[in-house]
Amino acid sequence: MPDEKLRITINGKVVLCSRDETILDAAKKAEVRIPTLCYDERLEPYGGCRLCIVEIKDFPKPVPACTTRVKDKMVISTETDEVRRMRKNILALLLSNHPNDCMRCEATGNCALQTLSYEYEVDGTRFAGETWNLPIRNDNPFITYDPNKCILCGRCVRICNDVVMAGTIELTGRGFDSRPDTSFGRPRSLDNCEFCGQCVSTCPTGALIDRKAVGRGRAYEMTKVKTTCPYCGTGCNFYLNVKDGEVVKVTSDFEAPVNHGNLCIKGRYGYDFIHSQERITSPIIKKGGQYVESTWDEALDLVAQRLGEILQEYGPSSVGAFSSARCTNEENFLLSKLVRTVFKSNNVDCCARV
Amino acid sequence: MPDIDTLFLFGSNPTEAHPIVSFYLKKALRRGARLVVGDPRQTWMARRADVWLNLRPGTNIALINGIIHVILKKGWENKEFIKKRTEGIDELKEKVKEYDPKTVEKITGVSKDKIIEAARLYSRAEKAMIVYGLGVTEHRTGTENSMALANLALVCGHIGRPSTGIMALRGQNNVQGSSDLGPLPATLPGYQSVTDPKIRAKFEKAWGVSLSPKVGLKSVEMLDEAIKKRFKGLFILGEDPAQTDPNSHEVREALKSLDFLVVQDIFLTETTKYADVILPGASFAEKDGTFTNGERRIQRVRKAIEPVAGRAEWQVICDLATRMGYSMHYEHPSEIMDEIAGLVPIYGGISYDRLENESLQWPCPTKDHPGTSTLYTDLFSRPGGLAKFIPLDHKGPGEKVDREYPFTLITGRIREHYNNGSMTRRVPEIMEVVPEELLEISPEDAKKLKVSDGDRVKVISRRGKVKVRAKVTERSQKGNVFLTFHFPKALSNFLTSHHRDPITGTPEYKACAVRIEK
Repeated sequence: MPDEKLRITINGKVVLCSRDETILDAAKKAEVRIPTLCYDERLEPYGGCRLCIVEIKDFPKPVPACTTRVKDKMVISTETDEVRRMRKNILALLLSNHPNDCMRCEATGNCALQTLSYEYEVDGTRFAGETWNLPIRNDNPFITYDPNKCILCGRCVRICNDVVMAGTIELTGRGFDSRPDTSFGRPRSLDNCEFCGQCVSTCPTGALIDRKAVGRGRAYEMTKVKTTCPYCGTGCNFYLNVKDGEVVKVTSDFEAPVNHGNLCIKGRYGYDFIHSQERITSPIIKKGGQYVESTWDEALDLVAQRLGEILQEYGPSSVGAFSSARCTNEENFLLSKLVRTVFKSNNVDCCARV
Repeated sequence: MPDIDTLFLFGSNPTEAHPIVSFYLKKALRRGARLVVGDPRQTWMARRADVWLNLRPGTNIALINGIIHVILKKGWENKEFIKKRTEGIDELKEKVKEYDPKTVEKITGVSKDKIIEAARLYSRAEKAMIVYGLGVTEHRTGTENSMALANLALVCGHIGRPSTGIMALRGQNNVQGSSDLGPLPATLPGYQSVTDPKIRAKFEKAWGVSLSPKVGLKSVEMLDEAIKKRFKGLFILGEDPAQTDPNSHEVREALKSLDFLVVQDIFLTETTKYADVILPGASFAEKDGTFTNGERRIQRVRKAIEPVAGRAEWQVICDLATRMGYSMHYEHPSEIMDEIAGLVPIYGGISYDRLENESLQWPCPTKDHPGTSTLYTDLFSRPGGLAKFIPLDHKGPGEKVDREYPFTLITGRIREHYNNGSMTRRVPEIMEVVPEELLEISPEDAKKLKVSDGDRVKVISRRGKVKVRAKVTERSQKGNVFLTFHFPKALSNFLTSHHRDPITGTPEYKACAVRIEK
């Protein structure tokens, strides 16, 4: 552990910090919220949006909290009239060419720009001017890109290149025409994209959207259930977003100890099997060569009876079970218990070896 | 993990099979860590490696022995660690003498310069970690392959400190937990031997019945016995051996031979075709429970929706046991975990209450134990606490290429799909981007066979035939081809061989001989 011996004061609260921490880290410790747009814990600090500017005593001008390291005895103020005025200006500039589209934007309720505009009482009228009017890109099944809503925070570009190292998108163009795009503006395909949706997970606005969940409900209508991914053995956590008894979306759990909000194509977009029409919905019994649906009672009675008969006739070594690395610990334990207590043998094995 | 300065990745393609683990490795690389990759395929990591050990499939032991040979010859070993914490170095020294770089080059196809450079990078590093995957274990010498890596780590003392050690990337979400909690023929839950009377007595007391002291049959043995008509009744929970086991024709024969087969799954699979009763399963979204990940971290699965068929597996198992005369009843899976905690010492401190606020890795023996993130910091789990070197011989794959079957088929996963594909093939968007199986073949081989990208080819082994489209790619080296096992219509496991690791029973998915016809 880094030794914490620097004494910092933030809005009158004293916190102890280590040398490699930033003002933003210190503020988190002091439970002081500093607004950010280009910051994501999964990324290196960037200092792009300037929203996290704070005043430091004896410093000539405000500095960004995310890229400034703490120094001993720093006295920091995060909510002075001056920094609030500057943040208002920044937001007003960001909104100056932002589509006035919150009412049907997928990000509504989950948009940092919207939240901050509300908080700082800013709208897009003050500097209203030229807008981009670019076509919305729906060129792949997973990710919809509306460049008009982009605020150029660079988070998507950084997560794609620094974390995933997929190199799908880069900031292209200069000045007013600058925006994230694929090389040569080509449609996203497996040739240039992993479809992990990491860019969507970090986008603070509605510029990058999970296409599969479009129109399926607002963020505030979702019941979010924290769970563990059913695919590989890494053990990523995420939230199942449930609306009206249906899983409509997966969102990142940024507190997850293993994956910190990161996910791959299967974790983020591989959930449709849950509500597949092909799910088996009732027990099925083979009768005279034909498979027919049955009730749980009929099916389980048959299983109990037939396995019982075999055990009776051929003994415990003639019956066994395969367990599943797909099922829960509790179920694996119970299946093992079933074989040992009821079948009276140790003929139970899991698929770990295959 | 980002603190490692040298990463030795062996038989693992984490950018495809474990994307999130690969982020940690990528972070280390971005911070300047050196990378050695042992893989017959030119994976994403192999392309970026300082040294790519492009070995022939199944020559792992020869390669590792060769690296150890170089380390010992140059005096790059960690003498203090060897002296204090290991035994058997002399036997190992004697054995690896036979594996000089020249000989190893001949066996593995890896140039001797690369072998020496890999030895230098790994042994000279301060904090080096070995990460391996199924390219190590899915060989008939799988156990020995992983022991060879252990020898290497021990020779250099890269174990038992943070950012060192050996990490095995496990394939399925709960493969760790399902091994931990008892569905194994030789051990009761928590790796406690069924032959130990004291252990049995503990479980007998808790469960109120007497338990068989006889080691049970492994899954492959159950199937073998079924063909011999000595094994009659089988309950398969959430598994699809007819697709995912090697040499599928024989597996299907075995399933057909059973008197009574029950399969519980969320979809109809190749295996359910042989079932007498099919029971609906509940997906991970439909039940409470826990999964244990590859780093032994026990994590909650939470019920988000009602089970599609009304019941989850744990309820069905209880019901069946009760109908068969053994009363089993739990109100909630948390009660099952409480029972586990009472019987399985490594899970002794686990409860759903704690998992709400804590992230715990076993061993976690008591309610106030914080869990364990690094193993073997002090002693190894052998009598005396010393690690033992095991001298190993190169054996090679069970089936070797010949004139009739000149290619080695490697099987594995791609990022977009998963195992038998029953889940990912039901995600329309994923099917849109990866609709079918593709045979990866090197440009040289494709040219020789006059195969172009997208051509239909037949892949034929001694056991079966599969028709697929070809994908010409430099990921495959000359002489090797690659298939996944995600698509039942072009199932590579009709081709894979019957060879298995004799200790674990793990099949040799990573090497069999095939030929390719247009």
